[in-house]
Amino acid sequence: MAETVKQTVIRIIADQAMLEPQDVTMDQTLDDLGIDSLGLVESIFAIEEAFDISVPFNANDPTESDFDISSVAAIVGAVEGLIAAQKA
Amino acid sequence: MRRVVITGAGTINPLGHSVPATLEAMREGRCGIGPLDIRDIDRLAVKIGGQVRDYDPLVEFNRQQIALYDRFTQFTLLAARQAIAQSGLSFVGELAARAGVVLGTSGGGLNTQDENYRAVYEEGKNRVHPFVVPKLMNNAAASHVSMQHNLKGPSFTVATACSSSNHAMGQAFQMIRTGLAEVMVTGGSESMLCFGGVKAWEGLRVMSKDACRPFSATRNGMVQGEGAGVFVFEERERAIKRGAEILAEVAGFAMSSDAADIVMPSKNGAARAIAGAVADAGEPLERVGYINAHGTGTAANDKTECAAVADVFGHHADALMISSTKSMHGHLIGGTGAVELLACIMALRDGVIAPTIGYEEPDPECALDVVPNEARDAQVDVVLSNAFAFGGLNAVLALRAV
Repeated sequence: MAETVKQTVIRIIADQAMLEPQDVTMDQTLDDLGIDSLGLVESIFAIEEAFDISVPFNANDPTESDFDISSVAAIVGAVEGLIAAQKA
Repeated sequence: MRRVVITGAGTINPLGHSVPATLEAMREGRCGIGPLDIRDIDRLAVKIGGQVRDYDPLVEFNRQQIALYDRFTQFTLLAARQAIAQSGLSFVGELAARAGVVLGTSGGGLNTQDENYRAVYEEGKNRVHPFVVPKLMNNAAASHVSMQHNLKGPSFTVATACSSSNHAMGQAFQMIRTGLAEVMVTGGSESMLCFGGVKAWEGLRVMSKDACRPFSATRNGMVQGEGAGVFVFEERERAIKRGAEILAEVAGFAMSSDAADIVMPSKNGAARAIAGAVADAGEPLERVGYINAHGTGTAANDKTECAAVADVFGHHADALMISSTKSMHGHLIGGTGAVELLACIMALRDGVIAPTIGYEEPDPECALDVVPNEARDAQVDVVLSNAFAFGGLNAVLALRAV
């Protein structure tokens, strides 16, 4: 069975955090997972590659970007939104 | 210890093809950043940069030379020619052996790499021009300057990303100071504005798509530039004896390593280099009137740099001026410190402080006098030029008025 968007995003984040996917929960933040700014930029790259989408994100001011990174759930939601918008 | 002075300066950069043109643009707060004119621009997300405009290599060099000179080498040779002409020196006999060239660059012949990778990968060619290697190598510029001007002393290239020029000039300074050389041609050059060069920077997501606004709360990243700055450093007694025009004294230099992160800067590492350069110049902190900031326009740099300056200078941080000319010429990466040293010389000689243009809104985390938008008349005696590279390698120069 193919991975869902949620599964793929969690796999990418877990990979970056050097954890098993089952150890990543939806309410965790990147801080909780120990992912720093460089890790975040790398995760976004992996997400863009996995879904063939473009993620609007400026590392200078992550909170100003349209891409919500406040928790794992927020990232999954944002990716689903981008897929819907860009694949429509 | 021997003292070192600057007796020549040359440049080509987005603000002008000479030192007077560049200083005029800095005085007027002119912006050299605009739409990039490079191949495959439609496939780039970042479409602006500080390009050298109105430049035709065929006016300056013949076809055989262009076959050997990457754009970064061309810029270097033009800047070196101006600097050496201004110094009035010719390198013959004993002086030739006691004069060298140390230059900074980060990408070296990146345009040459880009073009030739295209040829073999994209166009499927199985043959490249025979001079690709000598054209792209990072020391090509230093070697061609050495050949054109008969500089036979210590010569090499320094590559420490955004600090390359400052590290190079620091080495040249130390060499004359310690008696290893009498005259050094030094500075740096960069030409990364090609599809691959810009695409690589896009990946880090720290590039602005509209403007470089250092220290402004509205900043959204850095903008790349290209060009070269080259200087003639000379032992002071020698320069005085021959009646040379002295532009400024190179008074101090310090370097440090953050030993922390490959991209994020550290306040402590920056502060150690700043304090070290002032101490090396033998000056009290209160004498520093102007700092040409590294000021990239990224959140990470600007906040860290301002905090480091505040830490080092204490109350005096509010009295000194600090500006980033990258707002006008962009970030020349390995050549940036050299072009920025021109703003330091202008401050000391002409009493004009180059502005930080594009400044829109104060940032409480950068609460220093950043000379917003307009140049300012001020008399300063000691100035600093900061450079803080990816990899945490910091290099700060201190200049003194003569």
